[in-house]
Amino acid sequence: MSTEAPEAAPAPEEPRRGTTLRSSKGRMADPLFKWAVASCGTVVLVILALMVLRTTTEAWPVFAKEGFFGFLTGEQWQSGNSRTEITGTYGAWPFIYGTLVTATIAIVIALPLAIMVSFYLTHLAPRRIAKPLSYTVELLAAVPSVIFGLWGLHWFLPNVLRPFFEFLEGVLGWFFLFEGPIRGVGYLSAGIVLAIMILPIMTAIIREVIAVHPVEQRMAAYALGSTRWEVLRNVVLPASFSGIVAAAMLGLGRALGETIAVLMLIGGSQSWGASLFGTGSSMASHIAATFGEATPESRTALMAIGVALFLVTMIVNILARVIVWRLGRMTGDAAV
Amino acid sequence: MSVSNTATPRGTEPGRGIAPDTVRYNREVPGLGDPVFDISDLSIHYGSNKAVRDVNMQVGPRQITAMIGPSGCGKSTVLRTLNRMNDLIPGARIEGRVTYHGEDLYASDVDPIEVRRRIGMVFQKPNPFPKSIYDNVAYGPRINGTRGNMDDLVEETLTKAALWDEVKDKLKESAFALSGGQQQRLCIARTIAVNPEVILMDEPCSALDPIATLKIEDLMYELAAEYTIVIVTHNMQQAARVSDRTAFFTASVDGEGDRYGSLVEYDETATIFSKPSDQRTEDYISGRFG
Repeated sequence: MSTEAPEAAPAPEEPRRGTTLRSSKGRMADPLFKWAVASCGTVVLVILALMVLRTTTEAWPVFAKEGFFGFLTGEQWQSGNSRTEITGTYGAWPFIYGTLVTATIAIVIALPLAIMVSFYLTHLAPRRIAKPLSYTVELLAAVPSVIFGLWGLHWFLPNVLRPFFEFLEGVLGWFFLFEGPIRGVGYLSAGIVLAIMILPIMTAIIREVIAVHPVEQRMAAYALGSTRWEVLRNVVLPASFSGIVAAAMLGLGRALGETIAVLMLIGGSQSWGASLFGTGSSMASHIAATFGEATPESRTALMAIGVALFLVTMIVNILARVIVWRLGRMTGDAAV
Repeated sequence: MSVSNTATPRGTEPGRGIAPDTVRYNREVPGLGDPVFDISDLSIHYGSNKAVRDVNMQVGPRQITAMIGPSGCGKSTVLRTLNRMNDLIPGARIEGRVTYHGEDLYASDVDPIEVRRRIGMVFQKPNPFPKSIYDNVAYGPRINGTRGNMDDLVEETLTKAALWDEVKDKLKESAFALSGGQQQRLCIARTIAVNPEVILMDEPCSALDPIATLKIEDLMYELAAEYTIVIVTHNMQQAARVSDRTAFFTASVDGEGDRYGSLVEYDETATIFSKPSDQRTEDYISGRFG
């Protein structure tokens, strides 16, 4: 401080000193960088807009014939062979249903699992276990989905899921969700494998969120005689709520859009039914399954499914934001 | 209680020690009676490091026991063994015996959860939950399944913690809206809401300004009529002002170059600050080291 003051004072007497303040570096570099970063952000928006625009225009004839809501709620999917007009019947409801059901199963299974794994990894596991376990979970994220599909279909389904399904049907068969017959492949099989697939990304995020939870608050809860479960439920989870919802959204996003593994496990029928043992298709799996031999007409209809998938994903995300916003204020989450 | 000589802590001049008349609250030092805690030959290990060695002391009921000493002397570590908070630190283990009303706190069938419900703790940094003032106080009673009128319990507890008048109109507001001193009193309220017998305080005023500190000290003094309080403090004047007994810990280095903490002297506070029997205590309280 004392050395700066005398230097600043004589400045007017020495005109040359002023020139040290003039440089093009800061004046040019900062705006340039800002411009570059802003345009990168804009590119993302432009690409998204172009995609939406393009698929919607391509799909337009189908929406024109079936009506937008008619397309979303229609239960029949009969492809026509025309090159110029829409002659078939296109209703996407069985696929929308398949997508929503499998994604819901996945999130219902994966979310609690991811929370427990994260809590164990961050707060309970000894370091020598926590590290390898974290890596293993992350490795799970690197496994290509077709491997999950193959493994699910040829090992997991016959050895684990089928006995489990038979048990479920035996106990809860009277309940419409668990009505037989059991075909093996179906909504539940696809949903459970999806749960395994989205577990790593959710665990990675929830782990980070829980890890930054202030230790003083956990200590306060322990000092009041809380058990570990009470600390997790009453202190850590409420404070990490928005981060956990964000993780669930990422997982849900992946579950909604997952194609190959679902295609291999969901059964591929074009009908829908309430029983979780039933077979069906998801939007993404139906597009992938029929795109190869699609006629120009049914290609248009597949584009329409694409638009519907985009919409469903968007609605789910908006709902999640609303949940975070509403519940976050109630639980006093500092991050909201 | 007299608030006479609080503005300028006196008696800190080197070589003189803190005069016994800086003791702020005039009361007879209660006897150890039937001790609440009996610590014998306590050593605490962190991994392979024996961080605290051979502590022997007793804590009497319904009085304030202070633990003072330089950084690294193990006073906070000893404090945390009293409600088994050390269990939460990986690698921590104890040797020796700590009894609570004659019962071994570390017996294999003792539930640490139950221990912490009877022996509460207030921390260095005010750490209210990110909830409303009301929910902070109600947290403990709720997890303990306390029955009865929660509103009454919250009011009664906040009154005891000398906070009710300041917060009664904003019980539903976030605890973070309070000042640091108020937050710390809220944390004390949260602790006494589960009706513990003992309150352990780990440097409860080190993050607070002098006025807030004095309020906490007044509160501690009042609470001592009902609760047993053990306080760790860096602030010698604080120990001199509020405590009935003071334990002085110090940090030493053994032959192998390992640092460890140990108890040097434990006596009535007035004695520790006027005629300590150990030279190290005198050096510390007169400001010659630490």
